[in-house]
Amino acid sequence: MSPSLDPGIVIVGASLAGLRGAEALRLHGYAGPLAIVGEEPHPPYDRPPLSKHVLAGELAPGATALPNLVPLRATWHLGVAATGLDRPARTLRLGDGRVLPYGRLLIATGAQARPWPGSEEAALDGVFTLRGRDDAAALRAVLAQGPRHVLIVGGGLIGCEAASCCRDLGIDVTLVDPNPTPLARSLGTFVGGVVSGLLERAGVDFRPGVHVELLEGDTFGRLRRAHLRGGETIEADVAIVALGAVRSTGWLAGAGLMADAGGLTCDGACRVLAADGTPCQDIYAAGDVARWPNPHYGGRLIAVEHWGNAVEQAGHAARNMLAAREDQQPYAHLPAFWSSQFGVNIKAVGLTEGADTVAIVQGSRATRRFLAVYGRAGRSIAAVSFDEGRWLPAYAEQIRAGRPFPPIRDATDQTRIATHVPGFPAPRRGRAAPAETGGIHV
Amino acid sequence: MRVVVDLNRCQGYAQCCYAAPEHFVLRGHEILFYDPAPPDAKRGEIARAVQACPVRAISAEGLDAPERPEAGAAS
Amino acid sequence: MSDTLLAEEPRVAPAGTAPAPDDTLFAQILDPANRANPYPLLARLRERPVARQRDGRYAVSTHAEIRSLLFDPRLSSEDLPPSRRPHTGHVLKDWILNPIKDRVATAHRPLIFRDPPAHDALRHLVMQQFTVRRVRGTHDRVTAVVDALIERCRGRDRVCLVEDLSYPLPVAVICELLGVPEADEPQFQAWATQLSTALEPDARRDEDTRRANVASFDAIADYMKRLIAEKRRRPTDDMLSGLANHADPATPKMGDFDLISTAILLLVAGHETTVNLITNGMLTLLRHPLELERLRRDPERAPRVIEELLRYEPPVHFRTRKALGDIAIAGETIPKGAAVMLVLAAASRDPACFPDPDTFDPDRADNQHFGFGGGLHYCVGAPLARIEVEIALVRLCQRLVRPCLARDPPPYRPGAALRGPASLEITIDGIL
Repeated sequence: MSPSLDPGIVIVGASLAGLRGAEALRLHGYAGPLAIVGEEPHPPYDRPPLSKHVLAGELAPGATALPNLVPLRATWHLGVAATGLDRPARTLRLGDGRVLPYGRLLIATGAQARPWPGSEEAALDGVFTLRGRDDAAALRAVLAQGPRHVLIVGGGLIGCEAASCCRDLGIDVTLVDPNPTPLARSLGTFVGGVVSGLLERAGVDFRPGVHVELLEGDTFGRLRRAHLRGGETIEADVAIVALGAVRSTGWLAGAGLMADAGGLTCDGACRVLAADGTPCQDIYAAGDVARWPNPHYGGRLIAVEHWGNAVEQAGHAARNMLAAREDQQPYAHLPAFWSSQFGVNIKAVGLTEGADTVAIVQGSRATRRFLAVYGRAGRSIAAVSFDEGRWLPAYAEQIRAGRPFPPIRDATDQTRIATHVPGFPAPRRGRAAPAETGGIHV
Repeated sequence: MRVVVDLNRCQGYAQCCYAAPEHFVLRGHEILFYDPAPPDAKRGEIARAVQACPVRAISAEGLDAPERPEAGAAS
Repeated sequence: MSDTLLAEEPRVAPAGTAPAPDDTLFAQILDPANRANPYPLLARLRERPVARQRDGRYAVSTHAEIRSLLFDPRLSSEDLPPSRRPHTGHVLKDWILNPIKDRVATAHRPLIFRDPPAHDALRHLVMQQFTVRRVRGTHDRVTAVVDALIERCRGRDRVCLVEDLSYPLPVAVICELLGVPEADEPQFQAWATQLSTALEPDARRDEDTRRANVASFDAIADYMKRLIAEKRRRPTDDMLSGLANHADPATPKMGDFDLISTAILLLVAGHETTVNLITNGMLTLLRHPLELERLRRDPERAPRVIEELLRYEPPVHFRTRKALGDIAIAGETIPKGAAVMLVLAAASRDPACFPDPDTFDPDRADNQHFGFGGGLHYCVGAPLARIEVEIALVRLCQRLVRPCLARDPPPYRPGAALRGPASLEITIDGIL
């Protein structure tokens, strides 16, 4: 192929991973054509503030556009989704019917909010999911009008952050979750119990162990109430469906790749695997959508839906895309996330999945300032901090090195270390390939 | 101008709050709330915030060279 | 060397291995003969990231290891420098046996020598007074002081930077922030200069230094006691008034002993280090005239220049901690009880983290230097230091005509931890 005909690199996905991937390509010296395809009409923007400051009205929905740190000289195709991938022809099919050739491809299509299962109920006025900028803008507009009662379905990070915003706005809110505490899937009920306390202090009506069976509308198609399993109802004019995310891989159906709602499977170097398990030399993936064998966790296939992974994996994939076939570096990311809610900063590193023990190693649950470490089979695998982030790097080092549990003794400000059962709920039913998805699920 | 902070990296040192107090605020013990779209007129203050961050968690358009290609181990 | 901080253990070199590494490097760094350029020694120290020294101390010199240890809760700031070693191993008995002055000093050590939770409570109270408004409010005063100090050099063909500017500026600023009357500044400067020697690792072993420090401490403590009483009678808008008249019933206030030790700390820690930063800064710019010229033309470069100065010629070269437990790091195990020297200046020149580390390059990316330390003891006064140094360096670059170093290297003060020139003679062709 002569250089002038080289279609160059195409990035599918114009969010954080797509942008940082493009920047990394240029930073590593890639000078060829670069195209970026994004389903949303907006240039890349930052999501974490949406469920916090945008809902609270402190930031305008459009304020979180991401800075562009490297000159990209890219062709942007925004507001148009990729709808298909033809690997033999090396082309992408776009939603507007165009066909885009590529030389190499970086897939960073991310994930979507898991929708409410009943589509008619999901379409009721007042029922929201919260993932993108437009979702946040719509929900903010409704919250600003002062709804009577907000129901939040799902006590993960997004659900809790939304509940925190509602209370800051003085809005009555009920949070329901099938588990005994919020954040039970990511942090377990032992630590999740602290979040229950935060909800209670803030005046959130938290209903543990509750399943919503049905969202009922009035004759105008407006949400009226939720029916719970067992017959109880909750009156609400706004419902926020916060059931986590599904990876955006639907457009890859028929492309002959290992892709499902749990992610797009890659090798350790971020190369996408074909259905026969061989890596595609010219297709890489990064961010929420990518599922790869993580060396920190015994090579288990893991997808990580967090900000830090989007940045780091995009950079890593970009580097490998430009490197020789024999110089493909494995991606060894230690997952991390943060959340702020009810005035508390929560930070975590590592994967809690499979933890059999947890210990408070700094501070105490009673003061809501503490650092907890999770152990699995005698090794330290994850740590979470509530307003004790200053110690987290030391524990991250220990987890990265796979040190025994508990990893640090004889510390300042450390009382006797007592171990507890973390209290993870049984795996969620009806998930696509639950055994193959890792990450810190919310 | 556009600003983003890597809040995994942020350790709450609050140096940015002194450099550009209208655009970076520490809440509670360690929650950093920042303005992702400060006005261009504040470029000088934002530049000071970027430079003063001990863990280089702040990125702003046109103000700092990007992260090292191999960055990440620290974040 | 005469260091008897920890008992020397017999060293046995296993036969057939590589020659024993030099375990006197840290002692050589302390040697005043190496003060002008310790960086080759720091580079050798980095060859072993965690290196046991002959005296039993451990020197840590690489960026990754220091970053890890700065966040490690097993490293304590409490025990060093000790006023007295434990006699009996029984905490209460030791406390009773200690002389009264040391008892007070131990219980009321300033926050840089405290661990959580005591450290956090003290630091929180200080930060409540070290407000953004107060710190940023010093800007005009700093500019006025700097310009007045430069103006005093008019008509001379030579300035002594340390004497003419670096010394008088920080003390004027911290006195104003604290609420010390201007007339008492010269006295403060003398106390600060003396007491800063207490931060050197060998200060306690020199009986003259120790005696002089105790005398200064007594004098300044007495002064502070009276000043605090005055601030309670007639509160003014300053940090000491704020600390002395703590109004928030929800949080515990600072006891009087802590108040005195905190005030002294703010003076000492905020003084000597800023003096060094300004002096090291001008020295570095004079050695890099192109950078001096760029800063003169474009004062907006100052933030980059200052962060690079903090990396390249930091005012604090190392800090001391104690290991509360065994710490496995970089293939070594630092044993419980060992003294650990965090050689921040070496880490800030670690080639694994900073390409071309011995080059002064304000344009470098991702400059995560340790010029202000890191972790929970990160310099409280950093934002103030940045303001002072920026204004001082920019005004010096703009107002001194054709400045040149009269003597390079300049003479250094003896301190190794707080390292800086004793004087910096600069020839000039006038003042603008």
